[in-house]
Amino acid sequence: MIKNRAVFDAAFSLKMRQEGLPPFVPLRFDARLLWIFPPIPLIFYLRDSAHKSKLPSLSRHSLNMADITFNRPAGKRVQLMATCLCDAFFDDAAAAVVEVLEHLGCEIDFPEDQTCCGQPAFNSGDWNSSRKVVRHALKVFSGDAPVIVPSASCAAMMFHGALLAFEKEPDYPAMEKFAGRVWEFTDYIVNGLGIKKWPGRYNGTVAFHRSCHSRGTNTGPAALALLESIEGLKVLPFGESEQCCGFGGTFSVTFPNISKSMGELKLDHILAAAPDQIVSIDQSCLMNLSGLAAKGGRPIKTVHIAQILRDALKNPAK
Amino acid sequence: MKFQQIDQYAAHLASDKRASVYGGTKSGYDARLRALTTSYTAPDHLRKLAGNIKQHTIENLDTYLPQVEAKLQSNGVQVHWAGDADEACAHVLRIMRARAATKIVKAKTMVSEEIGLAPYLEKEGIECLETDLGEFIIQIDHDHPSHIVKPIIHKNRREIATSFEKNGLGAYNDDPQVITLRARQFLRHKYLEANVGISGANFVSAESGRLVLVTNEGNSRFSIAATKVHIALVGIEKIVPKDRDLEIFLNLLARSATGQQLTSYTEFIRGPKSTTQPDGPEEMHVIFVDNGRTDVLADECRPILRCIRCSACLNVCPIYRQASGHAYRAVYPGPVGAVLSPLLAGKRFSEMADLPKASTLCGACNEVCPVNIPIPDLLLRLRDRGKKEKSEAAAAATPPMGGFAILASSPLLWKTALKAGVLAPLVPPSVMPAAGKTWVTTRGLPEWRGGKFRQWMKNRKKS
Repeated sequence: MIKNRAVFDAAFSLKMRQEGLPPFVPLRFDARLLWIFPPIPLIFYLRDSAHKSKLPSLSRHSLNMADITFNRPAGKRVQLMATCLCDAFFDDAAAAVVEVLEHLGCEIDFPEDQTCCGQPAFNSGDWNSSRKVVRHALKVFSGDAPVIVPSASCAAMMFHGALLAFEKEPDYPAMEKFAGRVWEFTDYIVNGLGIKKWPGRYNGTVAFHRSCHSRGTNTGPAALALLESIEGLKVLPFGESEQCCGFGGTFSVTFPNISKSMGELKLDHILAAAPDQIVSIDQSCLMNLSGLAAKGGRPIKTVHIAQILRDALKNPAK
Repeated sequence: MKFQQIDQYAAHLASDKRASVYGGTKSGYDARLRALTTSYTAPDHLRKLAGNIKQHTIENLDTYLPQVEAKLQSNGVQVHWAGDADEACAHVLRIMRARAATKIVKAKTMVSEEIGLAPYLEKEGIECLETDLGEFIIQIDHDHPSHIVKPIIHKNRREIATSFEKNGLGAYNDDPQVITLRARQFLRHKYLEANVGISGANFVSAESGRLVLVTNEGNSRFSIAATKVHIALVGIEKIVPKDRDLEIFLNLLARSATGQQLTSYTEFIRGPKSTTQPDGPEEMHVIFVDNGRTDVLADECRPILRCIRCSACLNVCPIYRQASGHAYRAVYPGPVGAVLSPLLAGKRFSEMADLPKASTLCGACNEVCPVNIPIPDLLLRLRDRGKKEKSEAAAAATPPMGGFAILASSPLLWKTALKAGVLAPLVPPSVMPAAGKTWVTTRGLPEWRGGKFRQWMKNRKKS
């Protein structure tokens, strides 16, 4: 009975009727149906107003970084937020950002009074202290120009984290306006200025650590596309590339054991691919990895993506 | 407190445990990725849709709960409501006593762990046997589950073989097939001895009152088929509005949890056996358990109630992989547990407020979540609350941020600090702040180049 579809269907319908259940309509798979009904039953739900109309909004802004869509200004008069790590340790990365942006014809304003994005306090749970720092940034970066940040982490703090922290604050609208101007550096180049192929040449191999805070934004794919377009540069794949490097800001000192194990694991995977250097869009991940690598006796060069882009410009393509 | 409890737990975790957890979670993650991406071209849309349906449901529980109660009753099911763990256990006990029943076979349900059902019933002289293989091993070992889907992810087969031997289930043999067969033989006649079968429910449709159970061992089916009374323990957030919503949830749940397209057994239970059915339980009870859920619903963190307990966030979480589930000191571990456990703890929130800090906020959990719960955002909100409520557990080993805020909101102080930082390497570790000391013991510090970029910018402008 089971082998013969028609007999099975008939018997099944009979049983259904016996049980007082609604009539059974046998469904046979017909590939032609796919033209009419796409495999994902999405459209049915989307059409169903009962599902859509009652969906409440929980928060004043999207709760989800992955759902962020906003039209940011993409003009060439930009403000640069250098980030505190570049301010204190990695001046060459910040200088590379300036040179790259100028190469692209940008006019850069570097507000002298800038400090930090407020993320250390925000992530530690001290939102009061964090708001104090963010309000300072709000004041320093006034105007309408795009704000370029060479770090996915600090950028995400500005366009997402700060909105969470300001949800119940009277100056939320100002914060929201500011958040709508913030670009991560490579996102701005690829999706703001529309540059898909990077000129010049860079000889060598790199492992690209996609920083976690680029999740759900266009930044990760943008940075990878730029790197892969550079002549002479080979981006090597490595294991568990979706995993975090273990930095997490103050997490690295609040959870030192877990943080170190995570970093070592990341280094194991990257070093197994044997790249010349590690490249990232976040100087913080790189500081963590190079610090661990040096202490662990297996030093590896790390470099911010802006430095690669700048150095590629110095060598003409063949 | 000087240390974070989860970090300490991870530091002292035996290496074979860590290896078990790492292997188990990694294979779960890889299988999930394969199953989702081979089935759907845009799985991301599907999980966002599922998230919206679930969010809609929990926001409208006041409509759906009465609806599901009426439907269940019209299907011949007796419905009970339990405000807290004690009430839920008392309902079960009352049903048992009314039938003078003493033996229960129980399928895997997280709610029963949450309300401590098995120990409660044991005290009352009632045998409550776990029939899920993992939970059975946990039970004979007097251990606790450390994972939602794979409760014994922290154990290896040698440990299991040893405890089988100790419990009189045959001589030592660590072949997984032998272990499974022995458990099966032992459990088979226990089903026939039992009076009552207990299960949970993965979903309950408000439209039809159908309970949906997904398992891979068939044990819940045995528990229900062999006993006269079926009790289902259901968290109030398990409702879905319509039967057809199950299509999305079942497709996502199996793929996210185990990387299967569909679990081996998917049971749809409409009520006790009808007059035309040859067998099945004569009596069916559904106990809806609140146990803190309405408090979560009233909180800003309520999206966590969307959770369908698939464990994808546990599997991908780098902290869970390093620390294991037991580090979270609660029934629900991992990223979902770090949000849910402090909230369910109610007045004891402060004691559990360190859980939300056990995350680098990397966002991997949100990326894999089949109902798109913004877990990192919820963790951040709970950190804010922990700080406001002055939780000692949360504050442990966290550098104070007041000084940083003063520094970072004054350009003058900031620029001075950039210059003064050059002196940092001269500071001996013994007088360093705790955070600095921790950093330099594990990592090298880059060379201090404070203010160099600003100088470079200035020179550039001049030239």
